[in-house]
Amino acid sequence: MPAVLIENVHKSFGAVEVLKGVSLSVESGQVVAIIGRSGSGKSTLLRCVNGLEACQSGRIEVAGHVLDQDQKKLRELRKDVGIVFQSYNLFPHLTAGENIMLAPRLAKGLGGPELRRMAEEVLAKVGLSEKFDAYPDNLSGGQQQRVAIARSLAMQPKVMLFDEVTSALDPELTGEVLVVMEDLAKAGMTMLLVTHEMNFARNVADVTVFMHQGRIWESGPSADLFAAPKTPELQAFLSAGVH
Amino acid sequence: MKFTLNFDPIWPEIDAILEGILLTIGLSAGAIILGSMLAVLLVALKSLAGRWVGLLVDAYVELMRNTPFLIQLFMIFFGLPLLGIRMSGTQAGLLAMTMNLGAYAAEIIRAGVESTHRSQLEAGVSLALTRLQVFRYVVLKPALAKVWPALTSQFVLMMLASSICSFISVAELSGVAAIIESRTFRSFEIYIIVTLTYLVMALALKSFLLALGKRLFPNLSGVARINARGSAV
Repeated sequence: MPAVLIENVHKSFGAVEVLKGVSLSVESGQVVAIIGRSGSGKSTLLRCVNGLEACQSGRIEVAGHVLDQDQKKLRELRKDVGIVFQSYNLFPHLTAGENIMLAPRLAKGLGGPELRRMAEEVLAKVGLSEKFDAYPDNLSGGQQQRVAIARSLAMQPKVMLFDEVTSALDPELTGEVLVVMEDLAKAGMTMLLVTHEMNFARNVADVTVFMHQGRIWESGPSADLFAAPKTPELQAFLSAGVH
Repeated sequence: MKFTLNFDPIWPEIDAILEGILLTIGLSAGAIILGSMLAVLLVALKSLAGRWVGLLVDAYVELMRNTPFLIQLFMIFFGLPLLGIRMSGTQAGLLAMTMNLGAYAAEIIRAGVESTHRSQLEAGVSLALTRLQVFRYVVLKPALAKVWPALTSQFVLMMLASSICSFISVAELSGVAAIIESRTFRSFEIYIIVTLTYLVMALALKSFLLALGKRLFPNLSGVARINARGSAV
């Protein structure tokens, strides 16, 4: 039973069809990277997986939940599926610690010293133990993104989605976020990520998927795909070096 | 004809004036607290409930914002007893102020809520929060912080408008002033005192609310000045 199963998903924004029948499966513990040009549909696909975008047809199953737009079922799915965004999206009025504790408290009913200990634990995991009481405004972009990852981890998700999480960061800060993600991958987290970091996809992802014009154009084990791209589109994409 | 100011007949009435001030403060504080709660409820309904509830909220807000406060006060004070609901002038005044302020404050808070970036809502729902939880824990506080200065001036306006309650014989500051005027005939003198008193109360209320805002939203205070380095002073 794959952790993520996407079957023949179609999605249009008005008259523009951005996903033209996408199928993809991610095994438990696997890391799958989605690469492709802007507008190829990769972010939309990722956002369909946790129901932020509704797809018109097809079937998605994540962590044992069949995707359904019913509010309650969607919440159950989201308890098991974390997502990290390009622009961090931390809550500005809450400290790092409060950002992390909010959802476990409200959605899972956790509380007391146990909740605080757990928050400190996930913050330590991303290397920011000393920032528990800092507000997002006082953190660098890289630190904010690591807090955002910790906030997702605090829900103890079975699957993590990453939507171009380093695109807003300079190379140095990108590195510190990628290290955290690599640690997660090594610890066996199931990860589906949209990325422009080709080295990261090549070295960390088990499988890389190249999307082009709303379709999965080519996919395979990352080492093979980067070493010997088969389609001319992927060859052009990789050799352009501008992603 | 020469006019000389004569405050002497007014001094014996000082206790009545103080009581009027207290009632003005009480009415205003009550209306600000209850009106704010009503406003947040209206905005929550508009944000979370269905389309028809939203239209009802709009209708209420427009009704209160497009009719005179004096007429609203009369409708409550003279109209409700016909429906079997009896209340004192002070109670009617507090109710009218609450309903009026609730509508104006709702419109201000709604602007703050609408300025919330969509990414904040996405982060909230993605963490398995309900829509109500997103409103309460993610949206509301930054929204209130953004519109706090506008809310503050609305609260001060309401405090000043409490003087209209004197039309239904509520003995708040203006009501008391009218009584003293009829007893002493020192119109100008009494209204000099009343004007200065309102001025002091309004400035004090404004300062209090702005200080409260800084306490409630310590890390969300806006940029007050722009300097050459592009940062807040």
